[in-house]
Amino acid sequence: MIRDITLGQYYPGNSWVHKLDPRLKIIATLLYIVALFVVHDFIGFAIAFLALAVVIAISRVPLKFILKGLKPVFIIIVFTLMVNLFMVKGDILVQFWIFHITRQGLRMAAFMGIRLVLLIIGSSVLTLTTRPIGLTDGIEALLSPFKKIGVPAHELAMMMTIALRFIPTLLEETDKIIKAQQARGADFESGNILRRAKALIPILVPLFISAFRIAQDLAMAMEARCYGSGIKRTRMNAMKFAKRDLVGGILLVAFLAIIVLERVLI
Amino acid sequence: MSIEVRNLTHVYSEGMPHESLALDDISFRVEDGEFVGIIGHTGSGKSTLLQHLNGLLKPKSGSIIIDGTDITSPGVSMREIRCKVGLVFQYPEYQLFEETVAKDVAFGPSNLGLSQEEIDARVEEAIRLVGLDYERLKDVSPFELSGGQKRRVAIAGVIAMKPQALILDEPTAGLNPKAHADILDMVNTIHRTESNIILFVSHNMNDIARMSDRILVMDHGRLAMNGTPEEVFTREEELKQMGLALPDAMELTMRLRRKGMNIEQNCLEISALADAIAQLRG
Ligand SMILES: Nc1ncnc2c1ncn2[C@@H]1O[C@H](COP(=O)(O)OP(=O)(O)O)[C@@H](O)[C@H]1O
Ligand SMILES: [Mg+2]
Repeated sequence: MIRDITLGQYYPGNSWVHKLDPRLKIIATLLYIVALFVVHDFIGFAIAFLALAVVIAISRVPLKFILKGLKPVFIIIVFTLMVNLFMVKGDILVQFWIFHITRQGLRMAAFMGIRLVLLIIGSSVLTLTTRPIGLTDGIEALLSPFKKIGVPAHELAMMMTIALRFIPTLLEETDKIIKAQQARGADFESGNILRRAKALIPILVPLFISAFRIAQDLAMAMEARCYGSGIKRTRMNAMKFAKRDLVGGILLVAFLAIIVLERVLI
Repeated sequence: MSIEVRNLTHVYSEGMPHESLALDDISFRVEDGEFVGIIGHTGSGKSTLLQHLNGLLKPKSGSIIIDGTDITSPGVSMREIRCKVGLVFQYPEYQLFEETVAKDVAFGPSNLGLSQEEIDARVEEAIRLVGLDYERLKDVSPFELSGGQKRRVAIAGVIAMKPQALILDEPTAGLNPKAHADILDMVNTIHRTESNIILFVSHNMNDIARMSDRILVMDHGRLAMNGTPEEVFTREEELKQMGLALPDAMELTMRLRRKGMNIEQNCLEISALADAIAQLRG
């Protein structure tokens, strides 16, 4: 079912990780991704893995749910592994036909694989534990210092909020249209590529019309409430840095310090 | 043609945190030529139930027997089932996509692999059956029509497949009173000419009481009642608990009885109630 895509989805919860300030979580995720590229040996990856495992354990998001999010990117991971495995030059371990696997290639492939998996899981922990609205509020807050140099922080955040809000609506709409056309005997599964592409027209046309209708209704509703981005806007739920955010910040700095020390010393 | 549903259970998003039991052990049977009304509060599972009847949704457990074939067993041709059971979704006008009315109505029949003459004949017949002027509208874009007309074109698109059972999910939702009455007339006409099974979902109890041979009442995924309009609408207390109203005439009958008027019949229509009162007055 089209609704059951988990990548980028929010998993409702009440854990310590859920309650952390979105700004802190966004920064932490970005720094975690940087850390994954600083690391250059297995000990470093082990530390990064451990840190992520602890965060997931605290967040109480089921592992099954997190791993489901990996499925759609599985092909990309396999492809990256293959490229690294066969393309890197060095001491040859195995050789057959035009392929050869080198020691360096093996190491590189393993590193890239681990890096990608940790990167995807790490960023999905952010979206799994943060409401979309918190995410966009956080991004807006982090971008607002750049307003002075002309970055339209509020408008960007508003666009993201609207996009995130309407993804489920459009998925639902797509699902409904597909079913309605199937009820009229439409067949999307058989035939060659050309036939299958043509079979999409009865879905795409109504979907575009629906999208425009939804956009128009929303614009009208916003205008009716005198929405404008120019004035200084206040929020119903202002983000406040709490004690737990201080703890989170300290843990983040400690993690980064360990990663850097490990890189420099070992 | 008959439809039989046995112990049907459906769960949305099984294994996910937002898993929900939408249908809970539903069983009923619809005989050939019956007009069955379906009522229930929003979210009670009406649409989910209907989508099982032509194989768009697969049940978690239970079986659906259409014309003697269990459509949940493997290897059943879905095309054949969708040809027998026509489903008109809520707001069907949102599925229109072709340049002209005639082409849009032809989408269903051409998916059935019929000859061009047969398709053309069916398109013309279906457009006339839904009460539209074929000659004037066939080459018009469906997007230029009024809301009520669009809906009739969409319904024609399903009727043109000549289903032996026609299922309509809230076909009058969001229409003005005139378009509402037109759609009801249209459904009655189709039922008379095609003498097919009709399953009709509506929140308008007057329509349901007047048109149905039998009524199914859904509540929280369960089939709460299954009986004639009179049987169903005399269970006032239970219906109110499910958030459902009575037809106007029945509501008035009940109130007059409570006021001490001795009305014996259960009047489902205002004219019947008027007669009953006139009789009392002698
Ligand atoms: N595609 C879907 N995914 C998940 N849950 C759904 C879906 N469609 C309906 N539901 C849920 O199933 C229940 C029954 O819905 P539905 O059959 O649409 O009821 P009705 O048509 O009587 O209003 C509701 O609780 C609804 O939220
Ligand atoms: Mg419904």
